[in-house]
Amino acid sequence: MIKEYNLISRIQGDIITVQAAGIRNGELATVKGQGRSSLAQVIRLQGDQVFLQVFAGTRGISTGDQVRFLKHPMQVAFGEALLGRIFNGSGQPMDGGPVLTSLPKIEIGGPSVNPIRRIIPRGFIETRVPMVDVFNPLVESQKLPIFAAAGEPYNELLARIGMRANADVVILGGIGLKYDEYLKFKNSFEQAGVLSRTIMFIHTASDPVVERLLVPDLALAAAEQFGVQGKRVLVLLSDMTAFADALKEIAISMDQVPSNLGYPGSLYSDLAARYEKAVDFEGAGSITILAVTTMPGDDVTHPVPDNTGYITEGQFYLRKGVVEPFGSLSRLKQLVIGKVTREDHGHIMNSMIRLYAKSREVEQKLAMGFDKTPEDDRYLDYSQKFYRRFLDLKVDIGLEQALDLGWQTLAECFSPDEVGIKQEMIDKYWPQKK
Amino acid sequence: MTDRTVGKVVSVNGPLVVAEIDPGREVMQNEVAYVHCQGQALKSEVIRIRGRQVDMQVFESTAGLMIGDAVDFSGQVLSAVLGPGMLGNIYDGLQNPLALLENNQGFFLKRGQYLPPLDEEKIWDFVPLAKKGDRVKAGEYLGEVTEGLFGHPIMAPLALSGNWEITEISPAGKYKISSHIARIKNQDGQEINVAMKQEWPVKQPMRAYRERLLPDKQLLTQCRLIDIFFPLAEGGTACIPGPFGAGKTVLQQIISRYAEADIVIIVACGERAGEVVETIREFPQLEDPQTGRSLMDRTVIICNTSSMPVAAREASIYTGLTLGEYYRQLGLKVLLLADSTSRWAQALRESSARLEEIPGEEAFPAYLESRIAAVYERAGVVKLHNESTGSLTMIGSVSPAGGNFEEPVTQNTLKVVGAFHGLSRSRSDQRRYPAIDPLISWSLYLRQMEDFLNLRHPEWVERVKQTHKLMADGHAVRQMMLVVGEEGISLPDLVSYQKSEIVDATCLQQDSFDPVDRATSRQRQIEDFLLLTEMVRHQFDFENKQQARDQMTRLQNLFFQMKYSPYQGEKYTGYRREIGRMLGKEEAR
Ligand SMILES: Nc1ncnc2c1ncn2[C@@H]1O[C@H](COP(=O)(O)OP(=O)(O)OP(=O)(O)O)[C@@H](O)[C@H]1O
Ligand SMILES: [Mg+2]
Repeated sequence: MIKEYNLISRIQGDIITVQAAGIRNGELATVKGQGRSSLAQVIRLQGDQVFLQVFAGTRGISTGDQVRFLKHPMQVAFGEALLGRIFNGSGQPMDGGPVLTSLPKIEIGGPSVNPIRRIIPRGFIETRVPMVDVFNPLVESQKLPIFAAAGEPYNELLARIGMRANADVVILGGIGLKYDEYLKFKNSFEQAGVLSRTIMFIHTASDPVVERLLVPDLALAAAEQFGVQGKRVLVLLSDMTAFADALKEIAISMDQVPSNLGYPGSLYSDLAARYEKAVDFEGAGSITILAVTTMPGDDVTHPVPDNTGYITEGQFYLRKGVVEPFGSLSRLKQLVIGKVTREDHGHIMNSMIRLYAKSREVEQKLAMGFDKTPEDDRYLDYSQKFYRRFLDLKVDIGLEQALDLGWQTLAECFSPDEVGIKQEMIDKYWPQKK
Repeated sequence: MTDRTVGKVVSVNGPLVVAEIDPGREVMQNEVAYVHCQGQALKSEVIRIRGRQVDMQVFESTAGLMIGDAVDFSGQVLSAVLGPGMLGNIYDGLQNPLALLENNQGFFLKRGQYLPPLDEEKIWDFVPLAKKGDRVKAGEYLGEVTEGLFGHPIMAPLALSGNWEITEISPAGKYKISSHIARIKNQDGQEINVAMKQEWPVKQPMRAYRERLLPDKQLLTQCRLIDIFFPLAEGGTACIPGPFGAGKTVLQQIISRYAEADIVIIVACGERAGEVVETIREFPQLEDPQTGRSLMDRTVIICNTSSMPVAAREASIYTGLTLGEYYRQLGLKVLLLADSTSRWAQALRESSARLEEIPGEEAFPAYLESRIAAVYERAGVVKLHNESTGSLTMIGSVSPAGGNFEEPVTQNTLKVVGAFHGLSRSRSDQRRYPAIDPLISWSLYLRQMEDFLNLRHPEWVERVKQTHKLMADGHAVRQMMLVVGEEGISLPDLVSYQKSEIVDATCLQQDSFDPVDRATSRQRQIEDFLLLTEMVRHQFDFENKQQARDQMTRLQNLFFQMKYSPYQGEKYTGYRREIGRMLGKEEAR
């Protein structure tokens, strides 16, 4: 029997309180008022007081609205029929297609994978972005955010990798996404011909804030099912900072003591619960998560990027339109470098980065007006070549080609004993002078 | 006890559940209770009692819980089960064996499953070490079973107080861990059975030893930067704070493999599941060079990763410490690695916030400092009742918000540890791994173990200090060069800068992924470091800066190639000889 209540005793922020009995923690409800109905979820029980977060926000909710408890937690329809479809932030179709009533429903935000049933990831995902492939390769089942300030082309980079990576299923979770950005994603997937294996859950910037909380869970619940069925799933999430901001709003409405800049102390655990869904299942598929985390004020120590960095397996910094070579890091790279990829990969990577760091120092030194040594000239030359051949996002080459170009660049600028590479590798790969 | 206290749920707020008990019933702080929810019993721990209202943290998701659901109190505080058969296991924070749990859809953890931590059916060969009539105290050895490589003593219960007398002891034979192998009685005539397994409350330090000793022997990690510059002592404590991605976990992983310990306990506390998987999957294949057996045979993993329930994360560190203290009682050299203690502190913060306690700095509870101190204080080297020693060494990583060490967890940890291995963003960005910053790190054990370390070489500690000073000088020159350029500094300054770069590149930096470089034995550390200090002390006689640059680059490359060459191999000796020649010696020594 579905119970209905119509005495809302308190409305604070996006939380309402009703007096009710026999209600379960996490249960879903609808709140119905004049001409509007919104989903809500039980987030706290205290005696006969039930606290619900209202996904569409509480604006316009009146104390006399009707609250119906649905006797189940949040669910999403699941099946092959999801492919090619576009849903909004509460899982309703927004592409004009049919509602998927006949599909089985799965619960979202489920428990974590038993660590014992995970395997060590081994799959190298080639993106043809040399700053990624050579210096910080993406590995199947990795969770990796793109850290960027507002205005950087992060969604382009996300879409580009999403299209190239050969995943069985691509799931895009848009969180507070500008409508134009949504259209751009849709267009580029269409053009690349991957729309038929794509699912989108799109919460746009004009949708209610609390609804953002659902998007990663919807996307990841679907991903998890495909993964269990043996599919290799790539989940793209943009922008997780908008997600964290919704957590903050709820925490403030619940009078929680904030730990840092208003964010709740549970921010780390809340983000980790989502990112940890990235997995390589033993004997089944995998989930790779590539997310965008915009950095308020371009500050990486802001609680959202900071907590994210502690959770994810590295990060790509997108700065001035390029993937930064220094802060960017793929933590799973050692699982594929030199193992799945060519044996010289690791040596080239380390040496080129070290020398690039040195050439930046030289640039700084010269900018301060110091004399140039002949050595400096070589570093400057190297720096320019590095930018043109590797850093520039326009460069579109495969890994092996990029490695060869790396040796060539080193040989053009340095002698073998300056590059700090093991002799065996030098003997084998150092380009011979003609 | 059939007459257990029961209660009913009156409030649910995330993992914090409040139950109301009948008036006049007893309940204990830290008592384990089970909350009944949709046919499952969810384990929880009492964390506050106010009249009839009992606050509990539930170690599982509380989704589906309802007001009025029943709560059972167990009458027992949260405990670990200790005995033969723990090695090689992978436990969750509450000591559930993860490999034996049933999984939803084959992959996902199901809540409400609790299994015995030890194999109750396994048969052990027991040999008595004591005899009828012997007097025993808590922790004294009654007998022994063989577990893998070593004898695993069976102790008189660690919780005993006073003197007891053995009234019965089983003969050598095959027993299960719950079988009684002895009976003992005390002066008051109280008589109890002793089994091979026993329980210990995880939040209580184990003290069944004669005395604590000052840590004065080195615990070798085979990480040069630690062993040479900021050494660890057996029974000592260290922390590794560092911003994300600076290398805390890789450093701990490498230590867990190559440290010279008998037992390694890895507590994966609120970090990534993927990192534990590497250990779980790789350790069984790796050989422990000291014993020739699989590394897993000396390892216990306690795993409460970041997406597992937060309350159990808090428990995981205590479970790890309890296991560590238990092995110390067996006279073993135990190393506990906790990654990351900040996640444990955050779990405290989350529960404190739900209890609506007055928050301290950055919303951490005011008792953070004492809790951190209490955790690290459980490490130590002890003399046991039988005169042998056992040690528990603890290394905790710390994940400071924003990478800023001025935050409460880092600061309170620094107050209590014996060594500080601070990782810096600038070193990790430059890929100078391990990114332990020599200019901010310290170890009190360098002085405390001076005599021990000088067994390596009579001037060892002096040379270490001298080299450490060179690092500081080199850094100062480098800073100066950034302002005045290379032409603005003197030739001797340039040379000391270059010397410091050689030390950095060839001794401090150590490639965790290179088969030769990742671990450096004691003997190799001695030989290589002494040669390096010959270079540090050498008075080079350069005519100009260009010559200095050329020569020092050559020298650096020789040291560099040497460190990647297998110890005492042909290449290695070749490079040594060449370095010796450059330093004007026939054979470097
Ligand atoms: N000693 C090392 N040798 C080579 N690479 C290293 C070393 N230490 C760290 N790295 C590189 O840095 C990455 C991050 O290291 P690690 O995971 O240990 O960081 P962390 O400090 O534990 O970060 P977090 O706080 O986010 O867990 C590794 O994946 C590896 O690529
Ligand atoms: Mg780590």
